[in-house]
Amino acid sequence: MKKFDKERVLLAVAGPVIALVAAVVLTSFVLIASGKNPIEPYTLMFEQAGFADVQVLIINQAGVYYLAALAVAVGFRMNLFNIGVDGQYRLAAMMTAVVGAHVSLPAALQIPFLMLVAVLTGAFWAGIAGVLKVTRGVSEVVATIMLNAIATSLIGYLTLTEVWGQPLGNNQTTGVMKESGWFPGLDMGDAGEIYGFTVIAVLAGVLYWLVLNRTRFGFDLRATGASETAAAASGVDAKRMVLTAMLISGGVAGLAGLPILLGDAHTYSLSFPTGLGFTGITIALLGRNNPVGIAFAALLVAFLDKASPALDYATPVAYDKEIAVIMQGLIVIAVVVSYEAVRVWGLRRQQRRVGAELAAAAANDNSQKEVAAR
Amino acid sequence: MPGTPGLRSSSRSRGATRVDGPFSKECAIDASSSPPLAARSQPPSTVSVELAGITKRFPGVVANHDIHLSVRKGTVHALVGENGAGKSTLMKILYGMQKPDEGTIAVDGEQVAFASPADAIARGIGMVHQHFMLADYLTVLENVVLGSEKLHGIGAAARARIKEISDRYGLGVRPDALVEDLGVADRQRVEILKVLYRGARILILDEPTAVLVPQEVDALFDNLRELKAEGLSVIFISHKLGEVLSVADEITVIRRGTTVGTAVPAEITSRQLAEMMVGSELPTPETAESTVTDKPVLQVEGLTVYAAGGASLGETGTVGEAPAAGSLAGDAAGGDAKRVLDDVTFTIHAGEVMGIAGVEGNGQTELVDALIGLRHADSGTIRFLGEEITSWPTRRRRERGVGHIPEDRHRHGLLLEAPLWENRILGHVTEKPNSKGFWLDPKGAQDDTRRIVEEYDVRTPGIDVTAASLSGGNQQKLIVGREMSHKPRFLIAAHPTRGVDVGAQAAIWDQIREARREGLAVLLISADLDELIGLSDTLRVIYDGRLVADADPAAVTPEELGSAMTGAASGHLEHVEHGHGSEERTERAERGPAAPAAHTEAAPEDEAR
Repeated sequence: MKKFDKERVLLAVAGPVIALVAAVVLTSFVLIASGKNPIEPYTLMFEQAGFADVQVLIINQAGVYYLAALAVAVGFRMNLFNIGVDGQYRLAAMMTAVVGAHVSLPAALQIPFLMLVAVLTGAFWAGIAGVLKVTRGVSEVVATIMLNAIATSLIGYLTLTEVWGQPLGNNQTTGVMKESGWFPGLDMGDAGEIYGFTVIAVLAGVLYWLVLNRTRFGFDLRATGASETAAAASGVDAKRMVLTAMLISGGVAGLAGLPILLGDAHTYSLSFPTGLGFTGITIALLGRNNPVGIAFAALLVAFLDKASPALDYATPVAYDKEIAVIMQGLIVIAVVVSYEAVRVWGLRRQQRRVGAELAAAAANDNSQKEVAAR
Repeated sequence: MPGTPGLRSSSRSRGATRVDGPFSKECAIDASSSPPLAARSQPPSTVSVELAGITKRFPGVVANHDIHLSVRKGTVHALVGENGAGKSTLMKILYGMQKPDEGTIAVDGEQVAFASPADAIARGIGMVHQHFMLADYLTVLENVVLGSEKLHGIGAAARARIKEISDRYGLGVRPDALVEDLGVADRQRVEILKVLYRGARILILDEPTAVLVPQEVDALFDNLRELKAEGLSVIFISHKLGEVLSVADEITVIRRGTTVGTAVPAEITSRQLAEMMVGSELPTPETAESTVTDKPVLQVEGLTVYAAGGASLGETGTVGEAPAAGSLAGDAAGGDAKRVLDDVTFTIHAGEVMGIAGVEGNGQTELVDALIGLRHADSGTIRFLGEEITSWPTRRRRERGVGHIPEDRHRHGLLLEAPLWENRILGHVTEKPNSKGFWLDPKGAQDDTRRIVEEYDVRTPGIDVTAASLSGGNQQKLIVGREMSHKPRFLIAAHPTRGVDVGAQAAIWDQIREARREGLAVLLISADLDELIGLSDTLRVIYDGRLVADADPAAVTPEELGSAMTGAASGHLEHVEHGHGSEERTERAERGPAAPAAHTEAAPEDEAR
């Protein structure tokens, strides 16, 4: 049995490695085409990663990405494409900020309470798409894209000064949250502070693995993703499954904005980061919806994000930091292609090997019989 | 040639048969007593397609094995065989969609190798698929030129060419009609025209009559005759023997992946053809002594299911609207909400195997779906061990002891890319040894999978390999093992040995027999009549959603069952011994419910249920 396990690890690693190599090579081509040194940007970025403060930035960013990617991955595991993580986490962060600015409980209660608010808001927003899909057959892709746009408008409205907003200079905020809701960070001295919420992200990853691989519910969810027809025949209620998965996905998405909100910003403002949900899709893809894979993918993308700005100020030759964006895009394409290729290749290979082993066993049997017959 | 009225007229009258009865079809007689058009094409005509020694293996399965097929110019050559016999794989090979592992293809005497359908089209081979490939919102003209704009452009020249082809073969196609507005038969003609437009000289028609009503079948056959009169060759795939006998010049039978012979309709009866198709040298699945008890396990009463409306693919059929539409469509054949199951009533007792015979697509799938809970009954009740389970969801039924060997194991029985032990969990995730309460028990499941692999002789190097890497027979043994491991009280076995090698077949039969001895009630659906007769304690025939006949498996022959499967005979089928007469009897019985001298006793319908 051991060799099949080794095989599975090999296959799991082959996809991302091929994709990353391809993306690096292609990015180098882009650099050559624009008349730049194709190697130096990478070395510059690696140098950056050597600095402790950049490392803290990368880890903080990775934690945020990790939660967003987990939210996407929950959907992916049953073939649901929740593009709405973006709208879900922004709306959830805003609601949490508003609640956090008005409610004051002791810290031990305040933080769980705020997390609950975030989860419920995200789940509610994703649940709209889920209900639409289950009752009216609306594609969750379309519904969640629309809900993203609606979330943007809704946030715009709710943060008006007449509603819940508070102007602060040029910025429009929701007011500073009560301090009991600030999530304590890990002080790294000069390098800065790692968001305490990163620990929650890690726990969420463990929980994700546990639920998917060790519970009946997780099995049903994976079965639905692997074959909807087989799952239905085995007794999974497809509609309920779709709705549940959407709610969980939205709930996790709701948490994605919290590391920044509770650890740093302490208010929802116009400068609150956007687009995490879309990066989350990239990361979930690259990480193959696997909690460990997603962690690596999140770190990689966070590295590209946080190490690239320095390219603009490099001497003697400056590079465009957008190289990192190009690379991210290329990674997505390469990942999709290489995963499918590796999957098909792996399946064929296994079928051949099983066939060969059985044939060998049969031949053995036969020769033994012949011996016995003599 | 005694009284050959010419095929056209004979098949006309046949088309009328189902509608106005008494003028029953002469077709069967024609087919057996006189060569239809074979006579006309008998003068030495050259071979247009020759397949020799074709073998195609898929991992673990041999789909085609040493196939020989030779189609002469200007003929209709029928390829018949049960579903899963390998017909479609063979046609995919001829059409360039698959490459054969061994063997040669020759077109017009020249050896060819197709890398893609484009190569096949360039060689003059065209395929009309069972499921039409037309864009609804484009016109006929646009659909035809789509992808071959280079031939005659997309304007007047193309329209003229379409007209020309349409007139020449009597297709009656209007180039500017919107495909959306066309009926099924018209769409089929557009498909044929599309193929001809691309210059096909050899047409492959995949189950072309499956979607047509009798009059349309007639018209199609007229078209086919026009085609062959022009020197084209037609390969006609079907499992409807009557049609094949009436339209084909030659018939090649394929069974279990290999060609078992070629016949001329003039020299063969439908009975012989059926024998060739089903094969009578298979190991017989006799059950020794009856174990039927009087304890009812499954009682189905008045079960009616409407077809999901319109183009939807089932499952979404809403209970609310279907009956309303259906009540209108009750007698109108073309109505939207067809009754795919119509007032089905039966009881299966403990220790009883009830076999359902029927041509595929007559409601078997819907019956299984309704029993396992994938489809909701529109009316009627299902009782299981005395409890009414009509409204129960699938999982609850399974937990209570309904086992399911699905018809399509890849779609409904397995997670192909998951390891065997996860497949062992599928369908029984809430039960021991797969889970402990809320939590999954992977170790328990793995241990039990090892036991199943051992006990049911699943040939695999281990339980961590994916289900996809096993052969069909071993996949099926795993499924049987899984279902039996939960001690079901009622087992739905749909084609339990389809696509399974002979060894596995015997093993599966043994399992079913043994469980039956222990009081299991089994619903057996199979296309293999020998299997049905051999395993069943009682037999029912399903036709057009209704249980139309019953038979005693100890007394009935495959031929007798076959005639009931075409809707010809109903009531209680009783075997009548009178030597040579039996053949004639079967022939007559096939002629339609109104055939005056059918020997089958026309028992009152309620008895049939």
